[in-house]
Amino acid sequence: MTDWTRKTADELAQALAAGEVTSVELTQAHLDRIAAVDGNADAGIHAFLHVDAEGALAQAKASDERRAAGTPASYLDGVPIAVKDVLATEGVPTTVASKILEGWIPPYDATVVKKLKEAGLPILGKTNMDEFAMGSSTEHSAYGPTRNPWDQTRIPGGSGGGSAAAVAAFEAPLALGTDTGGSIRQPAAVTGSVGVKPTYGGVSRYGLVAMANSLDQVGPVTRTVLDSALLHELIGGHDPLDSTSIDAPVPAFADAARQGAAGDLSGLKVGVIRELQGEGYQPGVQARFDESLDLLRAAGAEVVEVSCPNFVHALATYYLVMPCEASSNLAKFDAMRYGLRVTPDGDPSAEDVMRASRDAGFGDEVKRRIIIGTYALSSGYYDAYYGQAQKVRTLITQDFEAAFAQVDVLVSPTSPTTAFKLGEKLDDPIAMYLNDLATIPANLAGVPGISLPNGLADEDDLPSGFQILAPATEDVRLYRVGAALEAALEKNWGGPLLDRAPELEGVSA
Amino acid sequence: MSAATAKLKTFDEALAAFDPALGLEVHVELSTNTKMFCGCPTEFGAEPNTQVCPTCLGLPGAMPVVNGKAVEAAIRIGLALNCEIAEWCRFARKNYFYPDMPKNFQTSQYDEPIAFEGYMDVTIEGDDGEPEIFRVEIERAHMEEDTGKSLHVGGATGRIHGADYSLVDYNRAGIPLIEIVTKPITGAGAKAPAVARAYVAQLRDLIVALGVSDARMDQGSIRADVNLSLAPKGAEKLGTRTETKNVNSLRSVERAVRYEIQRHAAILTDGGSILQETRHWHEDTGVTTSGREKSDAEDYRYFPEPDLVPVAPSREWVEELRGTLPENPTVKRARLQADWGFTDLEMRDTIGAGAFGLVEQTVAEGCAPQAARKWWLGEMARRSNESGVEISELGITPAQVAKIQALVDAKTINDKLARQVIEGVLAGEGSPEEVVEKRGLAVVSDDGALSAAVDKAIEANPDVADKIRDGKVAAAGALIGAVMKEMRGQADAGRVRELIIEKLS
Repeated sequence: MTDWTRKTADELAQALAAGEVTSVELTQAHLDRIAAVDGNADAGIHAFLHVDAEGALAQAKASDERRAAGTPASYLDGVPIAVKDVLATEGVPTTVASKILEGWIPPYDATVVKKLKEAGLPILGKTNMDEFAMGSSTEHSAYGPTRNPWDQTRIPGGSGGGSAAAVAAFEAPLALGTDTGGSIRQPAAVTGSVGVKPTYGGVSRYGLVAMANSLDQVGPVTRTVLDSALLHELIGGHDPLDSTSIDAPVPAFADAARQGAAGDLSGLKVGVIRELQGEGYQPGVQARFDESLDLLRAAGAEVVEVSCPNFVHALATYYLVMPCEASSNLAKFDAMRYGLRVTPDGDPSAEDVMRASRDAGFGDEVKRRIIIGTYALSSGYYDAYYGQAQKVRTLITQDFEAAFAQVDVLVSPTSPTTAFKLGEKLDDPIAMYLNDLATIPANLAGVPGISLPNGLADEDDLPSGFQILAPATEDVRLYRVGAALEAALEKNWGGPLLDRAPELEGVSA
Repeated sequence: MSAATAKLKTFDEALAAFDPALGLEVHVELSTNTKMFCGCPTEFGAEPNTQVCPTCLGLPGAMPVVNGKAVEAAIRIGLALNCEIAEWCRFARKNYFYPDMPKNFQTSQYDEPIAFEGYMDVTIEGDDGEPEIFRVEIERAHMEEDTGKSLHVGGATGRIHGADYSLVDYNRAGIPLIEIVTKPITGAGAKAPAVARAYVAQLRDLIVALGVSDARMDQGSIRADVNLSLAPKGAEKLGTRTETKNVNSLRSVERAVRYEIQRHAAILTDGGSILQETRHWHEDTGVTTSGREKSDAEDYRYFPEPDLVPVAPSREWVEELRGTLPENPTVKRARLQADWGFTDLEMRDTIGAGAFGLVEQTVAEGCAPQAARKWWLGEMARRSNESGVEISELGITPAQVAKIQALVDAKTINDKLARQVIEGVLAGEGSPEEVVEKRGLAVVSDDGALSAAVDKAIEANPDVADKIRDGKVAAAGALIGAVMKEMRGQADAGRVRELIIEKLS
């Protein structure tokens, strides 16, 4: 009997089209897998905060009816998907992994969720994340951490650890994540999956509970480059409700991926970012990266080293811009209209209620960033911090422009290390922040990036990721180059890297 | 209250020692069909919380999109105030807590307003009674969104203190506002209250002429904050200011300025110092009371709104909008006064009664200017005063007034009957013609009916008839009155006079 949870989304779409399986069967298979391996806060993968079996099966049934009538809504109609809990889903709880939004059921859908529904993808549920997307390990979820399917004592990356783990643990063939400083790419890297941060504005942010509006971007988390391309095509495009979304047709990402899979990269110039490799990078991660460069050369690409000197300031810049915007966004959570309300004893004023609710509702990392952001925006400090950070941001954008004048794409290891142990960096925020070193520059400049698995590090047999960056609106290059590298890697391994992931039978609590 | 007023200096004493500096911040609520950052309707007086969506409720994940019509209105206001229009500007977040503000930040403009550096010439009455022009310089006009409204239930005063609970209506949250801020207005001296009033009045007229707002001060669609400070005579530095919030009538603007001048003067003369604070104006008692203390360093933590792209109006568009500006109200007034042949006093009264536009429209409907003035400043002003309803809201249109005058001119009715027609129109009995018809108000000029009434009057007043026979024609008035009484005012007075003289000569 076919295990439908082991197929790629592209394979599932073909099977549906050929009538080999129904969407209800596919959806049920994934719901069963979730029931078997996801567990809860204490045991199992814990990729999901909320599973919507009823809703998903109803959508699957409607999809099957469309298929039967010969009117599928899209190529992926009927293929189930998981959605990060930072995206508003009408009638389905949306908590952003925070206590402050416990029990909140949005009256509306995020634009990307609306697009998924219109395209006929059953939504399995909402995936775990760091609270308000603040973190690199999904340990900051108010509802308990997600565990890495490769080693359940390790983190699945963050903030989109739930989406990446759901894909890597075969609980969902596709997932949506959001990437503010690497929250799609870094979890993809440490779970052996593929994650894409589109060009800023390439995908609508309407309905995405904002952490840092000028950096956030919704994107796909999948098991193959082609699957990401298929999902990206579906969620991309202009949205009149998001004035920062780009008003241009969505490029043919899937075609680019299919062409790239043929493996010919002749004429392509690949730039290795000098500042994002070598010292500070885990040797096994660096070794896999160097081997991948050889595969690119073998496919005909020219590999050169380029310097982006201002990238050394990216982390500091990010950790000013992000908390400033976040501190303003989070002000709306005042316990007055929705979510948690804690009423202290006695005769409390509205301010007392707000104070108690925020104290109980926000986790430590969220409070830390609100305080940093409030301080950095305050009168007298604005110019020294936020203003200065915006200037450095411009320099980083200029570094990209200069680099892309020399090469077609830029590459680096996605994350300096493989997945670290749960709890290992929880008391050391700076060490945690360093994990996003390589992914942050793309968010500051708004350029697109992909992370795909490029093998296991020798030291710990854990996945490492290969990051490809392209100029803004040139996301097609990610798919072309990514698919070529993926094809070469799979030839070496004899199949997808995730085939080597450990079995997870019977871990459910 | 008595304690506060007891300490006041007289206005003249205050002005003998101090120079006032004024600053006016006027908020204009735009009458766009939809809100500033979402597609919700903006109708006034709708059921609470029926005109809301995720964006104007500030729900998690919702995003703003700028209303292009509001930008257009802002540019037109800026141009009409002789401002520069920014080639590129942004919205900013103004972070502060306000109980009925959904996001706990207001999307506004900070250091990059859409319009800046303008002026308005206001006309006030000079010392010699002649009109005098005073130039008010405009610092900026910027776009922002309104907040919701709180309703405090259970207390005696309707204020939050003593209330059992509060309700919030978000229908107003997100309605587009333009805030027009003047530079400090100095040199007005004793005329400061008049300048303040004239500025707000002219600004309101301008807004009406632009058609961008209902401009109803009583409904809050125009709200004025009055800043005032005093400096010792001749001093170059401005004094500490107070900001009197939400003054909502022209008369109150004038009174609030006058009151604050007297209050400041009393404190300063006593050797005290002015506390920089916001103050509330009390229409009924004519005083201001302390609001909250406000320092210059209030920290709004402004930063550019990352969810909105910059606003960059093309120069072609700005010039196109310049072409849509109405005639400058000052110029227009002078032109129409000459056209209509009104005296300065007649013109001032017309404007003062809020009837300028109504007279203009009535004349446009074919009515003679003096007749139009007579109706609006006479009958309609009287009814407005009695009912407390704005003259423009009485429920009779300029076209109807013009029609009534046309009926008078055609001798179908006379002035007395016309007042009954007005009453009928206001009572919803239909058009002026229909009222005449239904109430049977047409003047009788049929000789048969009039002749009988005249005979009856002569018979009843033999001594008056004798006087007329003796050549004292002036006495005919008494007989005309008797005929009118007999015919319940519907006789053609001219024809009655002719008949009387015919019969008695």
